Amino acid sequence: MANSSTLKVRVDRDKCQGHNRCKALAPELFELDEYGNAREKGDGVVPAGLEEKAYLAKSNCPEFAVEVIETKG
Amino acid sequence: MSQRPPVKDWATDFDHLDPAWVNDPFPIWHEMRTKCPIAHTDRFMGVYFPSRYADVRAVAYDTEHFSSRRVIVRETPPPRIPAPPITSDPPEHRPARMVLLPPFTPDAMKKLEPRARALANELIDKFIARGSADAAVEYAQEIPVRLIAHMLGLPESDGDLYRQWIKMILEDGITDVNIAVEAAGEMTHYFMGYVHDRAEKPGDDLISYLLNVRSNGQPLAPENVIGSLRLLLIAGIDTTWSGIGSCIWHLATHPDDRRRLVREPQLLPTAIEEFLRAYAPVTMAREVVKETQINGCTFKAGEMVLLSFPAANRDPEMFPDADKVIIDRKENRHAAFGLGIHRCVGSNLARMEMTVAVEELLKRIPEFSLAGKVTWSEGTVRGPRQLPIRF
Repeated sequence: MANSSTLKVRVDRDKCQGHNRCKALAPELFELDEYGNAREKGDGVVPAGLEEKAYLAKSNCPEFAVEVIETKG
Repeated sequence: MSQRPPVKDWATDFDHLDPAWVNDPFPIWHEMRTKCPIAHTDRFMGVYFPSRYADVRAVAYDTEHFSSRRVIVRETPPPRIPAPPITSDPPEHRPARMVLLPPFTPDAMKKLEPRARALANELIDKFIARGSADAAVEYAQEIPVRLIAHMLGLPESDGDLYRQWIKMILEDGITDVNIAVEAAGEMTHYFMGYVHDRAEKPGDDLISYLLNVRSNGQPLAPENVIGSLRLLLIAGIDTTWSGIGSCIWHLATHPDDRRRLVREPQLLPTAIEEFLRAYAPVTMAREVVKETQINGCTFKAGEMVLLSFPAANRDPEMFPDADKVIIDRKENRHAAFGLGIHRCVGSNLARMEMTVAVEELLKRIPEFSLAGKVTWSEGTVRGPRQLPIRF
């Protein structure tokens, strides 16, 4: 396989304070609870084409709560 | 502006009410960062000023040594004016905050957006034919005051009253706490009438929401309802007024950025984040309740800390070219809405109001410039209070 690595996003719920930057920048990857705190959608796997948005969400989180995890297959 | 003894040295005798600080604090903060990153003054009964992002962050996260029971630096000692959850510490903070979060989610703000857009256009209608306006007085300040009144279920026409209370609490009250206490009393009295009214006839507004909400199965204590209303009214008005005003000031003085936003309106959300970073309106405060050290500096119990998110946002260690406004800045972990457990509850409202205000203004009046003297507010919230523009 040419490229078997997968990208996942994860929100550290202890760090998240509900700034909503991730949801604003990458609504495909994040969702909010009724208090406005964020979590990754589903299992957090980043579909092809959304890699840049995943990193954008990470680099705009004021609480450093968004992680992008790369796993080599 | 109050008459102040001249500042002898910014590192050891700073005064955030000094005219130099009020008009242009950025060079002062820059000097502090390079010479004495945690400045101190004996004024205001002793205040520390961390000017680096890392140190502001450390204070914001440390609720054990730094209490929120006083969030405004004043020249005179408390009486404190409680406005939970902003004036609460753990463990009381969390339940008080949880009840306020649901009405301010991005989805809730989406529902308010049409009202904000209509309001912006009604305001522009009033001055567009004149070819000039005070963008702070006739535009920026009117949007948040009317929207928060709308949300709370208060008459939008009482805006002057609210602004007067806010000035008494956040500006005049810094040097004479009695003025702040008087305003707080008047606000309590004013709210009581509406609280009684909504208790009998609940409506689709935040007062009714606060009366009906349950925290751990219990209704909010009456003083917490009043305290939260006081907070929402104070925090929801001149903060965003300042934020909108600073955006317009920037666009009036930087025609290239303004024209680019007219050409590329999809850039606006990113630009608003950059304006929030560069011109963050709100400086909070903490009271040192237990002696501690940060970055080699001892914080003595009983003194205050000015928690300057605006200074943190200009720290070049955190933000490359920090003093440059880059409207397409990609990486922007700015702290305009605070850091940690006290993140501004109204941040989604503020963002929506700022975006709508700038967007509608640029649609109707794409070309404008400054037309006279700009004055800035002093104290806790920074923004233009007079902003004459011509177009």
